[in-house]
Amino acid sequence: MKVPISWLKEYVDITVPMDVFADGMILSGSNIETVETFGQDISGVVVGRVLDVKPHEDSDHLVICSVDVGAAAPLQIVTGAPNVTAGCVVPVALDGSKLPGGIKIKKGKLRGVESEGMLCSAGELGFDDKVVPMLHKDGIWLLPDEFTLGEDLVKALGLDETVIDFEITPNRPDCLSIIGMAREAAATFGGTLRYPDTACKKEDAADAAAAHIEVIINKPELCNRYTARVAKDIKIEESPWWMQRRLMFAGMRPINNIVDITNYVMLEYGHPIHAFDIRTIAGAKIVVDTAAEGEKFTTLDGQERTMSADMLLIKDAEKGSAVAGIMGGLLSEIESDTPMILVEAANFNADSIRKTSKKLGIRSEASVRFEKGVSADLCGEAADRVCALVELTGAGTVLSGVVDNYPVKAKSLTIPVRPSRMNAYLGTDLSAAEQVKILQSLEMKVEEGADGVLNVTPPHVRLDLTEEVDFTEEIARIYGYGKLATTLHPDSEPSEMPHSWYLRGVIRQILTGAGLSEIQTYSFVSPSGVDQIKLPADSPLRAFIRIINPLGEENSVMRTTLLPGMLTVLAGNANKFNAEAAAFEIGNTFRRPAEGALSDERLLLTLGCYGEGWDFFALKGVIALLLARLGISGAEYTAVSDADTYHPGRCAALSVAGRDGGRKDIGLFGEIHPDVADTFGLDTRVVAAELALETLIAEADLARDYTHLDKYPAVTRDISLLADEAVTVGTIEKIVTEGGGALLESVKLFDVYRGKQIPEGKKSLAFSLVYRAPDRTLTDEEVASVHEKIVARLAADTGAALREM
Amino acid sequence: MAKPQEILAEAGALIEKAQGEQELEALRIRYLGKKGELTAILRSMGQLSPEERKTLGQEANAVRAQIEQLLEERKGSAQAAARAQQFEKERIDVTEPGREIKAGVTHPITQTFDEICRIFMSMGYSITEGPEVETVFNNFDALNAAPTHPSRDLTDTFYITEDTLLRTQTSPVQVRTLQASKPPIKVISPGRVFRPDTPDATHSPVFHQVEGLLVDEGVTMADLKGTLETWAKLMFGSQTQTNFRPHFFPFTEPSAEMDVSCFLCGGTDPGCRVCRGGGWIEILGCGMVHPNVLKVGGLDTERYTGFAFGLGVERIAMLKHGIDDIRLFYENDMRFIRQFA
Repeated sequence: MKVPISWLKEYVDITVPMDVFADGMILSGSNIETVETFGQDISGVVVGRVLDVKPHEDSDHLVICSVDVGAAAPLQIVTGAPNVTAGCVVPVALDGSKLPGGIKIKKGKLRGVESEGMLCSAGELGFDDKVVPMLHKDGIWLLPDEFTLGEDLVKALGLDETVIDFEITPNRPDCLSIIGMAREAAATFGGTLRYPDTACKKEDAADAAAAHIEVIINKPELCNRYTARVAKDIKIEESPWWMQRRLMFAGMRPINNIVDITNYVMLEYGHPIHAFDIRTIAGAKIVVDTAAEGEKFTTLDGQERTMSADMLLIKDAEKGSAVAGIMGGLLSEIESDTPMILVEAANFNADSIRKTSKKLGIRSEASVRFEKGVSADLCGEAADRVCALVELTGAGTVLSGVVDNYPVKAKSLTIPVRPSRMNAYLGTDLSAAEQVKILQSLEMKVEEGADGVLNVTPPHVRLDLTEEVDFTEEIARIYGYGKLATTLHPDSEPSEMPHSWYLRGVIRQILTGAGLSEIQTYSFVSPSGVDQIKLPADSPLRAFIRIINPLGEENSVMRTTLLPGMLTVLAGNANKFNAEAAAFEIGNTFRRPAEGALSDERLLLTLGCYGEGWDFFALKGVIALLLARLGISGAEYTAVSDADTYHPGRCAALSVAGRDGGRKDIGLFGEIHPDVADTFGLDTRVVAAELALETLIAEADLARDYTHLDKYPAVTRDISLLADEAVTVGTIEKIVTEGGGALLESVKLFDVYRGKQIPEGKKSLAFSLVYRAPDRTLTDEEVASVHEKIVARLAADTGAALREM
Repeated sequence: MAKPQEILAEAGALIEKAQGEQELEALRIRYLGKKGELTAILRSMGQLSPEERKTLGQEANAVRAQIEQLLEERKGSAQAAARAQQFEKERIDVTEPGREIKAGVTHPITQTFDEICRIFMSMGYSITEGPEVETVFNNFDALNAAPTHPSRDLTDTFYITEDTLLRTQTSPVQVRTLQASKPPIKVISPGRVFRPDTPDATHSPVFHQVEGLLVDEGVTMADLKGTLETWAKLMFGSQTQTNFRPHFFPFTEPSAEMDVSCFLCGGTDPGCRVCRGGGWIEILGCGMVHPNVLKVGGLDTERYTGFAFGLGVERIAMLKHGIDDIRLFYENDMRFIRQFA
């Protein structure tokens, strides 16, 4: 809400400096978006009259003007503006003058002709194009002929102005008005609010509005009041400058005197007004009713709108005249020859206006106010004020009487407020008298009731005050939030951290320690991601939760896997010349929930790495570290060759031993299939894993029991085996572990060799076996008997032969 | 046969010239060994008178001790010389780089979450979490948002069905907490939230919040101020000032926005990148929990009052680190993330 301060001062005295005023308003609840000052950077610009316009001999578009600036001799000024004619009053920037934006005007020659200054457009004097009257929007500002020639323009036009743009919260539509802001200012700084004069002095007593118009409300639930007044002998012309000036500073474009008055009153009171050319109202009748489904109606912006049956239309005896509370009709618009007007001040249902405005895609100054709520008790005053201004500006003659159809009278609320309750809420110790004073400063009527309760009647425009708690803020903000004490509520329970939150932190520590960095990607993704990672057609991960109103197809479904996001991020990094990246993401995935369930959110952990050193076993090492640090044991890795996301020879399924004795599936990991990598634009080898984080969290055991340090020496025996390629390390380890029994402390693969001396289809595997007993030094014989048994089992079960070490 | 003093002189000269431990050991054997020269003297003493024997014996033993000492000293200096030679050979260029330790980094959003939450936990707030897909009831109705409140619009909220949505705030966790527990309630709920904003430098359709809630008997707005002021001082430094401005949220009454004094310039730099010269930074929204919200938890609103607050994690991370584009958080360029190591 743009508030020109000189306008605000009409209703309340402001004696403090502007910065103090602005701070005070912010602290009492009227936040400020911008404070703009106008006119301060203009100097040397005066009012002038063009006496004569001659063509420029060397130019098609330039003209030479002779301009009277109140001096002895007229100035010769060259301009390119097409709208300058002899007789018009214009702003003249003299030699040495300054314009906004640090522009300096000097005399000079334009195509060989001396120019002693410049004629200015409104834009050049600091006004936004949006507020400049259409008449001279694209040319020199044609001023009303009411100023002294040669007078300083800033002074003459009152261009010296401060405009504060207040941010109005949705609960305070009453502040979408100058008077509303004046009410706030009066409460904040202790002034008295002055209301404008709404009385007409020269009404035509013989001519009553009721003789010209009848108002019928067919939908009182959507329109609970319709106030109509009529004015005749209308002379459509430009508004007086004082009104144009205020409108322009408040951000509205002056149109003509009648339209300007309706806008002026809307800004002044916050109540939208509409004026109809009464010639277009058939049957001297206003009927407030809903439109017919599919009814066509052309609004004053020239657009044909298709109405639906829930939209409220202002009709006459035959047809629609305006979309109620949103925009007038093209047909009933005020024309240059409009002789008589109907002034409408009506109250419409906020919800209905909101829906219609949305459906039609029209947001107007009127609809913005109605959809937030306007007091029905304002209609009469606002209509009267329009008539008073019609009279005051000489725009016409006001007829006597008002046609006021008010079927559903607004209830006046009186709310009991306990001063003790206010203090209990705010931690204050304000006396009842102090609280009464604050409430009264906001124009509330306060009566003391029984038991010290205050019966408070807010001004009718304060639709936001409906219950006792609403007054805590009224008292606090005028008293000052800054003056409230700062205390701490006594401590209650010690704080808790959910197990899952804590473990996610532990897992982040483990993974960053292993060299991986954390990423975060959007929760909604493109449905094509699962195609990119080649999930099977029957995969449950293809059953998406769709967003009804996504930002785009690429963000239209909730992710069921983090893998496409991970690969996209890795590709992004590869394309930004990051030679390597090692990343992990912890995030929710969303399965389609069971019938009746809200959602099925599953936390997953995804790992993804490329670059030097990152291969299947590097990733497996990270996973093994993670499991070890989480205290999860019994990991089994099974080769998977039919997961199309992964390289068929380099993919494993991981399961672990659960606390309940069962096996727990954790997920797949491996090298990403080159075709999959391709679809993400990755031309490097990538390894990735997607793990069930909730299972890892549930199975994690961070307790560590101390075991005695070994007292007796270990015996280490290395073996080298020649085995078929098909024999896996896992199989050999299993045989060794079983055969070694209690004496075997560990078995560790330390070399894999293929090549010279090794036949095709075979490999050489070297293991280190460590034997130890907790209670004695093992003898060579003890070790040999176990060790030989193991070697024999290996040969028998796998065909592996012992090689010479 | 040479006299002990002569042996000493000879041995001393040889020891001084000796190079390395091997030569010294040879000298030790030559003079002090079982078949050594000094031992020979002692062995030959049988022919002497007891007095002579005593004198010679004492003399020989003294010389033995002296030679042992000379050997020991020479050994020490030889070792030192060898070490010195070794060290010279092993000299390195200390300006060569150290071996790279590839440690990863947590996401800056995680780091900011942790920082915010750690402080509130130290003040006795427990962490609670809730689902990201929420009901319209928990996200709006229960939070006193009018049925016509614009935040419910399709332009402001992602909907899954007519009754479910992607939560636009972590406040629905307040509702769940109020329904599930009895006062005193003292929780924070960190989490991910969603709004249909087209991504630009200051908007992201996915972002994170931390919501706080305290409900008990006798909770006042002064407590709210004190709590958030304490948090701000711990978060941004003990010199931090706070400023509370009235605002509007449907679920609190009174409502406020809290500014903190600029932690970078303290309001002294007109060109400050953080406060842009204003000296204050808007940091969070807060207020006293609206009785209508407490009623959702079945609480007696005459007996219990409470306050709630909510802050944007990205905003705080951006302010703290001078990040000028919120999209960087979700692009995950490793060059960006590694800056927060």
